[in-house]
This record gives sequence, structure tokens and C-alpha cells, in this order.
Amino acid sequence: MTQTAKTQDISSQHYNFAYLDEQTKRMIRRAILKGIAVPGYQVPFAAREMPMPYGWGTGGVQVTAAVIGKQDCLKMIDQGSDDTTNAVALRTFFVKTTGVETTTKTKEASIIQTRHRIPEEALTENQVLVYQVPIPEPLRFLEPRETETRKMHALEEYGLMHVKLYEDIAKYGHIATAYAYPVMVQDRYVMDPSPTPKFDNPKMDQMEALQLFGAGREKRIYAIPPHTKVVSLDFEDHPFEVNQFEEPCAICGAEGAYLDEVILDDHGKRMFVCSDSDFCEDRRAAGHVGHLGTNPLEAEGND
Amino acid sequence: MSAVNQGTEDLPLLQVSNTTKLYGGRIGCKDVSFDLYPGEVLAIVGESGSGKTTLLNCLATRLTPTSGSVSYRNRMDQMRNLYEMSEAERRMLMRTDWGFVHQHPADGLRMTVSAGANVGERLMAVGARNYGNIRDTATDWLGRVEIAEDRIDDDPRAFSGGMRQRLQIARNLVTSPRLIFMDEPTGGLDVSVQARLLDLLRGLVADLGLSVIIVTHDLAVARLLSHRILVMRHGHVIESGLTDQVLDDPQQSYTQLLVSSILQP
Repeated sequence: MTQTAKTQDISSQHYNFAYLDEQTKRMIRRAILKGIAVPGYQVPFAAREMPMPYGWGTGGVQVTAAVIGKQDCLKMIDQGSDDTTNAVALRTFFVKTTGVETTTKTKEASIIQTRHRIPEEALTENQVLVYQVPIPEPLRFLEPRETETRKMHALEEYGLMHVKLYEDIAKYGHIATAYAYPVMVQDRYVMDPSPTPKFDNPKMDQMEALQLFGAGREKRIYAIPPHTKVVSLDFEDHPFEVNQFEEPCAICGAEGAYLDEVILDDHGKRMFVCSDSDFCEDRRAAGHVGHLGTNPLEAEGND
Repeated sequence: MSAVNQGTEDLPLLQVSNTTKLYGGRIGCKDVSFDLYPGEVLAIVGESGSGKTTLLNCLATRLTPTSGSVSYRNRMDQMRNLYEMSEAERRMLMRTDWGFVHQHPADGLRMTVSAGANVGERLMAVGARNYGNIRDTATDWLGRVEIAEDRIDDDPRAFSGGMRQRLQIARNLVTSPRLIFMDEPTGGLDVSVQARLLDLLRGLVADLGLSVIIVTHDLAVARLLSHRILVMRHGHVIESGLTDQVLDDPQQSYTQLLVSSILQP
């Protein structure tokens, strides 16, 4: 804590609060408000250069910077985890430029910036979930012209989105899109939920928390207000299904959570563990144990 | 015989009056007027640069005419000026009631998705959400344009020029349109493939009772497919009438030149 306070003391002389200047934050807040007013609509905004490369969450960082206040508690996750490179780097960035409190606990956070996951624990109306989005346009790979895709959104011409799903079924026998699975927001706009696994799509529907999406390179912001209808696209005879896992988490035994595959040795040994590290830790703290025990590297059968 | 819309059979489907398209000071097409009736095939012929494609694009709402009007009788039997409709209505028309067959199939097809999805796209665009039904319809249409059923999951990139053109036709006809625009549909195909395509088109047009406006510089194609013909030069329609009549007894010197320019093998 003292270190945080000290760092902030030094940095506050160099940076405006949350790095961006106030005018920029106002501009971004306007885009966010418009996004909330028109759920699922991609609002163009004048994304700034950030002190990190495109693809590292410049969009999410700008959205967070525009909504964060001194009293906020920030949680930063990357692929569900609090301690991967992207999460650590961006958390440090905000600690340095705002001095806000940070946490790894989903419950305690007021702002959660995420890359590729929605926390397992249900979010509440006091929380904001900020997504980092690489390509906001769900129709992009089917229709390369931006002029055309904007027109398609304006006129609700979404047949093309189903062409992609059709192709999946024709090629693989089922809808093989496993992430960035397109959704229809409030019966109006087709939206890319960012590269979250489709496992997380049902969580977006009627979520209590405000969901904000920032795409820095593509200069787009969009939003889903709390309690908004979000439906995953599908066919009548090939309905939407979430990813299924054959075994529970290897170290906390959780079922119905999204799992990551972890390679354990050079002989093909592997385990599946919760991708949401906070969720997994909570369960272990509560006494849940998976079939590989508390330390999978020392589990029986592992050399 | 097609007995659709018997009551309106004698009313025009498309009414074109004084359609003019200027490119700055240059004339694309000028003061073109005609009526197109249900089930009628109209050919627009002329040398390249005569304004055929400009006219076609003005009719198909791909280009906004400088002046004049184009009205279309919709399925509710209302005559509507295309350029007074909203863009949403026009685009809806384009993908349901109309078809557009491009000279180059790559312009009219999605080259990166399978043949089945190409045919199914229009169905999905109008709300079809049952994979099995979409696939059955696509299979049926591929059969009708003589594409083998087992090619349904291939990209059009793997198809020959003639197959691509047939696929494009299937893609357009799947929503049972009433009016098809064609821009040199047989251009760039060798003669035997051309002959089969024309045969196919003739059959489909007759079976489905389609109205067609076809742009071609090939008088043989016009003679084979069309009932009526417009001859264009320098943006103006210089002669029009029944196809056989115009081609057998051309009145204008330019039409005479055009007819006499046909190579005799």
C-alpha cells in the first residue's frame, strides 16, 4: 500500500488522472453514453495513441480511463486470469496513473477490465465490465467494406451473419464458431461480443452490470446497458450451445465453469483447470479439491 | 403456362420514362422510355460505350438517374417510383423480387463461401432460419442449373466460368424473383458453354414466367432469348421493336451496320 501511495505521488506530477487528458475523457464518455443509448451500436470515437501497442487493449484502457474515479476498485483480467502479462501490465498502468485500489476479487471490484472472458461469478449492478475488442465488426470477414457493413447495420440486413453459421455447419456438421460468437442485442443490432468463448454468451443476457466495449485500433465503442436482451444467433435445427467439458476442474473440482488446458509434462500429461483464477482460488479456499489435489505437479501418477 | 397475377398480366411490370443519366456534361443515356410486361424478355443491344450498362444500372437502382422516373409494380400491385422509395425498401426489392446477373460471376457471388451458402444467402436474408430447409432448397436449385449435388460445399473459386455463371443464376432465382437484370451473362464463355447457358436461361425464363432485361452486344444472344429489343447508340435508343423484326429488317443505318457485322462462320 505504501508503495502504491508513493508511486502515485511521483506519477501524479507527470500524468493527468488516468493518463488521458480531460477533453479526451469527455469525448470518450460521450461515445459511451451514445453506446448505452443505442445498445449494440458501434459508436466511432477518436481513439488516442496509448503507451502500448494496438492489440494490447488500447480500446479497453481508454474506456476504463474515461469511467474510472478515485474511489473505484479495479480488477484486471486476461483470459480469466489476474496474473497474466496483459493483466499485470495494464493493472500496473492504472495503479501508476490513478493510484486506485486494485483487487483480484470479482466481488470487490467496481470496474473489471477483461480480455477474452467474463468472470464466472455473476456481476452486480454496481459493477462495470470493460471489454478489450480487437475487431468490433461482426460482419467484417464476410463483407470487407466498412461503408457496406454500416449500411447493413442501419437497415438490419443480417442474412450474411447466418451465412457464416451455415458455412460452419456445412463444413463441420455443427456451428464451429467457438469464440466471438455473434449476438443480437435487444432485437436490433448484431454485435461481436469480443473474442470471449461462446460459453460466456449467456452471461451477457440480462446482465446486471453495465458492459462497455472498446476497440482502440478500430476506433469504436459499444455498450450493453444492464438488463438488456442478448441472444446468440443460431438455426432452428442447429440451436446455440455452450462449450461442454468432459471433466471438472482438476484442482477445484468445479463443474460448469470454463476450463483451460494446461500441459504438465513432455509426455502428453495435461489437466483442465478453471480459466477464472479468482473463482478457482475462492473454491479452493472454501475447501473444494479437484481430482489432482491441491498441487497437480505432485499429484499421484505424476513424475 | 404461368397463371400468376392473371388480373395484372396486361399491366406493365416496369415503367421507364425519360430516364437520363449524365456524367457531368457527358451523356450516359438520354430520355429512355419503355414499358416491360410480365413474362417479357427485353434485350438492350449496342456497341460498347453506347450506354447499355448505364441504363441497366439506372433501372436496377445501382445508379441514380439524373432525371426521369422508373416505376415498378410490386407484389401488392402498386406502381411505385423506385427513386421515391426508401433505401431499405429498394434493397429489399433487390434481394427478393429482383435478381441481378453480373457479367463477371465474381462480382455477383461471394467467392469465399460455399456454393450452398451462396444460394442460401438470399433465403437467410429474408429470414429463413432452418438449416435443413435452406440446404434442401440450395440442393434443388443447384440441380436446376445443372451443378452436381456433391459440389454444394465447394467454393465458387473451384468452379469453371460456366459453372460460376450458373451458380450466380441459381443464387438470384432462389427467392422466386419476378424481374431479372442481366449484364452480358454469356460474356467470356466459350461457345459450347454459352449455348448450354442460353438453353438453361431460356428454359428457366419460360418455366418461371420471369421478366428479364438483358444487356448484350451479342445479337445472337438477343435473338435467342428476347422478345423485344432496344438498340442504343451514343446514349440514345435509336430503334426498338420485336426482336425478329428489328434483326431481320433493321430500319436505322446503324442497326443495319450492327446486324451486318455479325460474323458468319
